[in-house]
Amino acid sequence: MITTTGLTKVYRSGGREVTALDGVDLHVREGEVYGVIGQSGAGKSTLIRCLNLLERPTSGTVTVAGQDLTALGGRGQRANAALRAARSHIGMVFQHFNLLSSRTVQDNVELPLEILKVGRRDRAAKALELLDLVGLADKANAYPAQLSGGQKQRVGIARALAGDPKVLLSDEATSALDPETTRSILTLLRDLNQQLGLTVVLITHEMDVVKTICDSAALMKGGRVVEQGTVAELLATPGSELARELFPVGGEPSAEDRTVVDVTFHGAAATRPVISELARTYNVDISILGAAMDTIGGKQVGRMRIELPGRFEDNVVPIGYLREQGLQVDVVDGAAADAAPATTPLQKEDAK
Amino acid sequence: MQPLLSDATLDTLFMLWWSAVYSVLIGIPVGVLLHLTDRGALLQNVVVNKVLGAIANIGRSFPFLILIVVLMPFTRFLVGTAIGPTGAVVTLTIAAIPFFARLVEAALREVDHGLVEAAQAMGGGTWTVIFKVLLPQALPALVAAVTTTVITLIGYSAIAGAVGGGGLGALAYNYGYLRYDTRLMIITVAELILIVTVVQLLGDLIVRRLAARGTRSSALRVGLRRVRTEEPTPVTEAA
Repeated sequence: MITTTGLTKVYRSGGREVTALDGVDLHVREGEVYGVIGQSGAGKSTLIRCLNLLERPTSGTVTVAGQDLTALGGRGQRANAALRAARSHIGMVFQHFNLLSSRTVQDNVELPLEILKVGRRDRAAKALELLDLVGLADKANAYPAQLSGGQKQRVGIARALAGDPKVLLSDEATSALDPETTRSILTLLRDLNQQLGLTVVLITHEMDVVKTICDSAALMKGGRVVEQGTVAELLATPGSELARELFPVGGEPSAEDRTVVDVTFHGAAATRPVISELARTYNVDISILGAAMDTIGGKQVGRMRIELPGRFEDNVVPIGYLREQGLQVDVVDGAAADAAPATTPLQKEDAK
Repeated sequence: MQPLLSDATLDTLFMLWWSAVYSVLIGIPVGVLLHLTDRGALLQNVVVNKVLGAIANIGRSFPFLILIVVLMPFTRFLVGTAIGPTGAVVTLTIAAIPFFARLVEAALREVDHGLVEAAQAMGGGTWTVIFKVLLPQALPALVAAVTTTVITLIGYSAIAGAVGGGGLGALAYNYGYLRYDTRLMIITVAELILIVTVVQLLGDLIVRRLAARGTRSSALRVGLRRVRTEEPTPVTEAA
């Protein structure tokens, strides 16, 4: 649905060059919720603004719904008619909502329709329909200043949907909201994704957001995408930082002479109760030290840290059994077990 | 004396009204252009921006009295006379445009760039940005700018009056000052104060009204304003 190839953005200011995007190749499938996560300054904001060419990439291409946006003209800040037409079918919601305070809620939702030159009656009907969809039908005549943050973002979403977009871009849409409101907005986005088949690209610095609604995710660092894929693919990638962040497991061995193992469930083999089978088959006592599991489409995905009695040498057979089941198994040595739960990699970056 | 005073008042109001109307009509587009051609803005154009800015600065640095004299041939060419209220309107307008245009530019600069970006993301072009975002969002500030400009014009019109422009300024100078008619002088000044006060109060009232959009207290007015949509609107069921 959305593909970028070699997307690069270099800012020049006062003779200095800052590379905000450094050859980003992004692949967003139709109908999925795709999360781009990274710290401030990682380039994710520039990336999402390049997707509708609010920011013109220095080089590389952006293709949305089969249309190469970078090939459409328009110089500098100005966009030509073709690009504007393409943009009107790409919805965008913003961190600070960006609603016009001089217009009522309904008139705000009607703005994109005015741009599309829809007649007055049809505009009103469409706006009310969309407000109903986001649960704000009763606020049509209110002004943005009379709404709470969550309500404002709902208006922003209704407005973004006015052009019947196939794609919704969300620029830190929940970052200015409290946790509960964040959840309700994410639920709304998820519902819209499922009801309307809307492809959603969202950027965020909160792992919780990715965890809650994303089918796929990309991790950005220093203007590059360092990891990307579906949640299952990320889990299947050994050493994936995103997988570790999405499914954090911790826990230290309860005593000496124990073997600590991280088991990663990703799709295929994860339908059977393998842990309990393992215990029964080999008659071993298994302690679960930590687990982060999720059920997606009836399959269990996630990671679990378990403890087996005895040293590694004593547990070669049970571990072999787990591997046979198609699970990814990593034996955690003492040092790693100590370090792992203490700090998460993203926080480590912060500390630097 | 009575007709003298009322004639002068009407002349002053005539000068104020028309110079204000023309200043706003010309000043708003100039202000918009100044804002949009600025660096990083929608129509970034260094040459246009610098030239316009320079003209505005020159216009604003001219002492008004000198401007009247310098503009006399131009005024005569434009309206056939360089004196009287009609001649003064031309000079007042030309003095007020750069002043007002800068105020417009400043008002537009205060509009959150995120709103411009939102309009662009919806597929809006430059006209959309100007007429649906910048001007409506800056309306309270624009009204305040008009108020300030009109009050400045009141001061200018008194100077214009003293050098042949007519109006209250002329009255105060010719009768009050040159003929030592202190009573008339005081009345004239009082009247000017009254005009300034009324303009300021009116401007403030409108600004407050506009800024109050969206606060609870304006709920009633909102209800009244939206009466037009009370006609049976086809409410379509959401899918």
